[in-house]
Amino acid sequence: MDMLELHENRLVVRLPAELDHHSTEEIRRKIDDMIRDKIVDELEFDFSQTVFMDSAGIGMLLGRYKMMRALNGQILISHMNGQVQRLLQLSGIRKYIQF
Amino acid sequence: MKNEMTLAFDSRSENEGFARVAVAAFVTQLNPTLEEVADIRTAVSEAVTNAIIHGYPDGIHTVVVRALLSEDTIEVWVTDEGVGMEDIKQAMEPLYTSRPELERSGMGFMFMEAFMDQVEVQSAPGVGTTVYMKKTIRQGEAGQEG
Repeated sequence: MDMLELHENRLVVRLPAELDHHSTEEIRRKIDDMIRDKIVDELEFDFSQTVFMDSAGIGMLLGRYKMMRALNGQILISHMNGQVQRLLQLSGIRKYIQF
Repeated sequence: MKNEMTLAFDSRSENEGFARVAVAAFVTQLNPTLEEVADIRTAVSEAVTNAIIHGYPDGIHTVVVRALLSEDTIEVWVTDEGVGMEDIKQAMEPLYTSRPELERSGMGFMFMEAFMDQVEVQSAPGVGTTVYMKKTIRQGEAGQEG
């Protein structure tokens, strides 16, 4: 299954099991390539496979949030487990991103 | 009973997962809750990632993770012999990052402090950095398990 799926102008990103500094590098590059090439006005991060995230994941989300805001688009996140939710809560990122 | 382990590995980002999983597996001897294991895994991941990115910005060198279990407590030391820091206080401030070009959130130390009972940093420019973290495992004590 591809990590990225584009439905009309909505890009769905299926995040891997472990979202850390190592894995975010590749995800960031793939998303940014897609956003440069296609029209995307909604970016959804699907956490259904993700069992671990650290601050690198928060950095990646914040970076994509800034990018989508510059494009007048929005970002949303879905299917987070408890560990991911705690981190999102602590980070204060919920002010900016829809769940 | 005391029980200690030491890991030494290359400062490659591939090893971030290895290091946090190894420490999480080691601490299961103290019978922690899933949440306590998740806390330790996250804190170790933050410290190891810092060593890899900030300690050794150029080239591959060795990161050492040492963990000590005693009674109901885990202590972890994450050490690099890299560039070190001039200003530890600034590095630990929430949202501060020395490398904004890497899209770091600046929340690494914030999470370490949120998830561990104690976090101490020793660092000197040109010498390297050690992050010390301590956590007491409160749940899942032998008595509760019967």
